[in-house]
Amino acid sequence: MSAVAAPTRWRPPPFFGTRTRQNLVWALAIGYLVWSVATLHIDTKRALAGFGRALDLFARMIPPDFMRWELLVKGMVESLQMAIASTLVGVVLSVPLGIAAARNLSPKPVYVAARGLIVAGRTFHEVIIAIFFVKLFGFGPVAGLLTLAFASMIFLGKMLAEDIENIREGPVEAIRATGASFGQVFVYGVLPQVLSRQTGTTIYRLDANVRHSTVVGIVGAGGIGHTLSASFSRYDYDFAAAILLSIAALVALGEWFSDWVRRRMR
Amino acid sequence: MATAAAPAAAGAGPLLAIEGLSKVYPGGTRALDGVTFRVERPEVVAIIGSSGAGKSTLIRCINRLVEPTSGSVRLSGLDLVSLSPRELRAARRRIGMIFQEFNLVDRLTVMENILSGRLGAVGFLAAWLRRYPPRDVANAFAILDRVGLAGRHDSRADALSGGQRQRVGIGRALMQEPELLLVDEPTASLDPKTARQIMRLIRTLAEERATPALVNIHDVGLAQSFADRIIGLQGGRVVFDGAASGLTPEVLTTIYGDEDWSRTIRKDEDEEPEA
Repeated sequence: MSAVAAPTRWRPPPFFGTRTRQNLVWALAIGYLVWSVATLHIDTKRALAGFGRALDLFARMIPPDFMRWELLVKGMVESLQMAIASTLVGVVLSVPLGIAAARNLSPKPVYVAARGLIVAGRTFHEVIIAIFFVKLFGFGPVAGLLTLAFASMIFLGKMLAEDIENIREGPVEAIRATGASFGQVFVYGVLPQVLSRQTGTTIYRLDANVRHSTVVGIVGAGGIGHTLSASFSRYDYDFAAAILLSIAALVALGEWFSDWVRRRMR
Repeated sequence: MATAAAPAAAGAGPLLAIEGLSKVYPGGTRALDGVTFRVERPEVVAIIGSSGAGKSTLIRCINRLVEPTSGSVRLSGLDLVSLSPRELRAARRRIGMIFQEFNLVDRLTVMENILSGRLGAVGFLAAWLRRYPPRDVANAFAILDRVGLAGRHDSRADALSGGQRQRVGIGRALMQEPELLLVDEPTASLDPKTARQIMRLIRTLAEERATPALVNIHDVGLAQSFADRIIGLQGGRVVFDGAASGLTPEVLTTIYGDEDWSRTIRKDEDEEPEA
């Protein structure tokens, strides 16, 4: 032990460099919060009126009307088909995209192009893409299917690329050293390392697509959402309630299924 | 098993001839600086040197996992540095490699890992569907037996101990029926006893098959025990090349710098414990 007394007080270094700068960041954050709440102009009267109308609306939704169940089932089946088909197409397309967007597998220009496509694809919400596809291909489930397939490809491709960038490089180097081709290196050295996570992600995306498929119909891209928006505009609130209950049941079922598959996969 | 791989006497020139091999990394680090040596007959060559001396780069420049900046590497007369990607893959088939971290594909079975040594010889679909020719499968079982892992073919690679994993790594390299073995720090992740066993296995197999082996190794004692010849690297240059018995404190000082070496150097060929 040296004679110099060791310090007994120690604090972690401040995240923003110096303590003054740290305090400044906090002050700015709190100031902004106060300012934004103050400029919201919350109209209490209007908000309260909304509650009144909500009660009225709910009253007209009860009891839900399942009389036109054929229409309901047709819409639900269309949505489900849309979700499943678009997930399948998305998975297939996401593989080349994921490989191209993985820094450790692809040459720089390919990587940049693929990342660019992913960024562009993620910029717009599914509903906006659906509006675009409805303009191109007309009303109906084809537009919905293309929307969700595109969005799934982008999402799954991004997840795959990130997984590939995190694999252990050693086995890949070893497989390469045996004289394996690029395709063989992928199926032998890369795929086994990413397969189980990517399967989980795909199941999650299927579940998400079931939910999205009910929404894209509202802008005319087919499925149950189409039926729902039609019933709202005709003030068929009891039928709309039946549709909402059915959607809730389908989404719950999807959630339960994806949970079940992922638990089995380990 | 089929006959042991014949030493490639048919090719012109020595088994391995390295001349003026240099590697400068993009950052400007000169990892290798005019390395020149030959391996004329099947022998075990240990490459020693401190961390950063260029051992790993040297071995990876031979099968071009790292691209050399200049110089030539000839395998039985064939210049590996000038090969096209397709030719390079064909040449890599002839060179087996064993790694410090074993580098097995953890989620695959032992058998799949061993058979991956044949990837250079089978097509894409065969690799994807794991449909290897019957001869390869028979050979793989024989190799599994030879490295002491009989019966473990369906175990997942990550279920094995370190020593067993390195045995799979050795099996994968043998599966290539290589003309040359590149071995990168095979024992650095293993305990001392397992390390000796693995070095002995590599040595025995190299002798059995008359295959020369280049072995990067940190442990000077192990290098002396199991190598015929030692090459010392320092700052990317060959500073010693000679028989394993020729290691003196002066030589070690040239390679590693000043230190008391009297306890490191083996006095003479002492006993070989357990087989």
